[in-house]
Amino acid sequence: MPSMPSGSTQTDPSDAFAGAYAQGSPEPVQLLTPEGERVEHPLFSSDLTPEQLRGLHRDMVLTRRLDTEATALQRHGELGLWAQSLGQEAAQVGAARATRPQDFVFPTYREHGVAWCMGVDPVELLGLFRGTDHGSWDTERTRMALYTIIIGAQTLHAVGYGMGLQRDGVVGTGDPDRDAAVLAHFGDGASSQGDVNEALVFAASYHAPVVFLCTNNQWAISEPTERQSRVPLYQRAWGFGLPGVRVDGNDVVAVHAVVSAALQRAREGQGPVLVEAFTYRMGAHTTTDDPTRYRLSADLESWKLKDPILRLEAFLRRNGHVDEAYLTALTQEADALGERLREGCRSLPDPDPLSMFDHVYAEQTPELAAQRAAYAAYAGGFEEEQ
Amino acid sequence: MPEYKLPDVGEGLTEADIVAWRVKVGDTVKVNDVVVEIETAKSVVELPSPYAGEVTALMVSEGETVAVGTPIIRIGLPDLAPAPAAPAAPPAPSALEIDPSNPAATGGGEGESLVGRAKAEGGTTRRRRKAVEAAEPAAEPAARDVRALAKPPVRKLAKDLGVDLAALAPSGADGVVTREDVLAAAGSSPASSASPTASPATPRLAPGERETREPIKGVRRAMGQAMVESAFTAPHVSVWKTLDVTRAMELVERLRGHRELRDVKVTPLLVVARAVLLALKRQPLLNSTWDDAAGEIVLKHYVNLGIAAATPRGLVVPNIKDADALGLRDLALALGVLTATAREGRTSPADMAGGTFTITNVGVFGMDAGTPILNPGESGILAVGAIERRPWVVGSGADERIEPRHVTTLALSFDHRHVDGETGSRFLADVAAVLEDPALALLLG
Repeated sequence: MPSMPSGSTQTDPSDAFAGAYAQGSPEPVQLLTPEGERVEHPLFSSDLTPEQLRGLHRDMVLTRRLDTEATALQRHGELGLWAQSLGQEAAQVGAARATRPQDFVFPTYREHGVAWCMGVDPVELLGLFRGTDHGSWDTERTRMALYTIIIGAQTLHAVGYGMGLQRDGVVGTGDPDRDAAVLAHFGDGASSQGDVNEALVFAASYHAPVVFLCTNNQWAISEPTERQSRVPLYQRAWGFGLPGVRVDGNDVVAVHAVVSAALQRAREGQGPVLVEAFTYRMGAHTTTDDPTRYRLSADLESWKLKDPILRLEAFLRRNGHVDEAYLTALTQEADALGERLREGCRSLPDPDPLSMFDHVYAEQTPELAAQRAAYAAYAGGFEEEQ
Repeated sequence: MPEYKLPDVGEGLTEADIVAWRVKVGDTVKVNDVVVEIETAKSVVELPSPYAGEVTALMVSEGETVAVGTPIIRIGLPDLAPAPAAPAAPPAPSALEIDPSNPAATGGGEGESLVGRAKAEGGTTRRRRKAVEAAEPAAEPAARDVRALAKPPVRKLAKDLGVDLAALAPSGADGVVTREDVLAAAGSSPASSASPTASPATPRLAPGERETREPIKGVRRAMGQAMVESAFTAPHVSVWKTLDVTRAMELVERLRGHRELRDVKVTPLLVVARAVLLALKRQPLLNSTWDDAAGEIVLKHYVNLGIAAATPRGLVVPNIKDADALGLRDLALALGVLTATAREGRTSPADMAGGTFTITNVGVFGMDAGTPILNPGESGILAVGAIERRPWVVGSGADERIEPRHVTTLALSFDHRHVDGETGSRFLADVAAVLEDPALALLLG
């Protein structure tokens, strides 16, 4: 058994989360204003280099292109569905870039920017939405679980994985290349789900090394956040006995800083944290949804001014970290990505039905081998297509 | 040359309305340029072009309702590169053969999808099975001892008839027990059931034929939702007025002979519509919306006049936009187009949106009147009863007598949250006054 800690509710002056916990301010942590001004925060800081900031900007630009291209592919009739990530790039990219190679990420079905950063080929994301596959990427290599459609279910998987890390003895050893943590994504709507509440109870009780990242995009399909909670979502953490902090979800620098600190805290064995990334779903819930039916365009317009990409771009330009030539080249790279997605999508192969037997267990069982053989015989009993 | 086929943009939609083309023949488009705006049951969507090149044909027109899979635009490629494989159009629903092992794939057995209104026809195609193998290979024994294979209705039938499914020799493909197997078993051994009581009397109708279940979808579902929403949010009050419309009928006859109106259909409904439009000017509350969320009453300075229409698919209420601005001839034209479109079942969501007041003509069914339910968002609805020859007291004093006259009943339902009895009654009195004496229109207008 891992030792049962008592840390999370004690005030440790060196623990930013304990500070945030004590402070309890609903004002989100911000390090980069919507105008692109770099500001400081009393508890969280960032020392990202210009090179790293350019990298975050590139990740966000390419994620947005991936998203708009996939939306168009759905309209072309090439995808059955697409869940848009428009406007949430900073919350996704900032968090994913805060992970270390030994960490593991559990996404929802909208974490395209996370998938991009974790090295999942975006064409593989399309396979899920084209219906050629249920998720085909190598989760061991990418350190990212498959997209979970069931709302909030992945938070339980994440806590289970985190408790596994504890039992493997790779939490709190003091070896920075060994200590691992888990990043669990969910949304504001999922915060009302039983699964998520159970996950928070277990994580808190067992001090599991899990960072819960609640991307509050303010809309659970057509249901606004005020129908999910009477208190800011990060404050819910307190009732479970873990620290909660709200970060400006459109500020990639702040998200990166807060999630980095939270993951490091978890790796060191100081337990779970709830981070609420406060952002806005600029697009529809999915391509099937029409948000103009239930929300005001004025809200959308005000959030356009807080765009995560534009504010970082403003900062980079003002400080001479990027120039026109750089941005033009980036646009071309995005166009090339768009083209690759279009072609990749149309040529996604229909998977071999027998492959579904291959990934149930790490090692094939005799029962499953028999089922596989029986199905192969059955599937072979059809005439060839004319 | 590539053709862009109307995609299913919303998980299980079968059709969409073409709202507006954003390109015309001869335009050059790039990939993902918006070419057309469509409206589905769920949303208005802009469609981006999958192809680059010159638009060589718009294959459907604005306002048309188009089935998913229909080619809508043809775009030439600048070079002769072969078109990327277009998304497969759903195949025509051939003789619907439902495979019980995979009902979804064969287009049957599945209810409405979770979020769609109706599943696209056809589904994916399947290959045929090879010629029937005499015996099931290897895996058979394990499957046998599970339980007999039969569809749920057949199981129910077997249960009702006291037939043991496991004891039957299945005649269906893949060892499935069929309805016929069960009926045959029931017929050959009526007392096979262990029950010692008398065998049940033969029912008048076979089980399964006593009721028919029809899916609630499409227009029917829309009607149901609209009526529930309206009936349980707006407190309805109805008032009646029976009146002599002989002069209005005479007016209809005169107008029918008028040169300017010879190519339009002049009906009593047209005169009623005109009377309603005049009366709404004097009682604007009947042409308003109770906006609960905003805490405001929205008075409309226009009238989108809804006409409830019975169609083969159910009730639809298209409306004539800005009907108050139309002259009699244009109003007659609009009424004609609206009813024809509705009868053909081609009324678009846009035609039904934004109504401000509705007329329902229950007279065409021979009814005297009724208590209509408000179209959601509106404050008044007028039911027009059948116009019949009835005895009517005319004249006064020594001249008082009974004459056969054209008589009808008007019934007005209104939203009593903001329209009180006086306002509703004054409105109905105005409509009645114009129909009793159409010359009064000069006074009211």
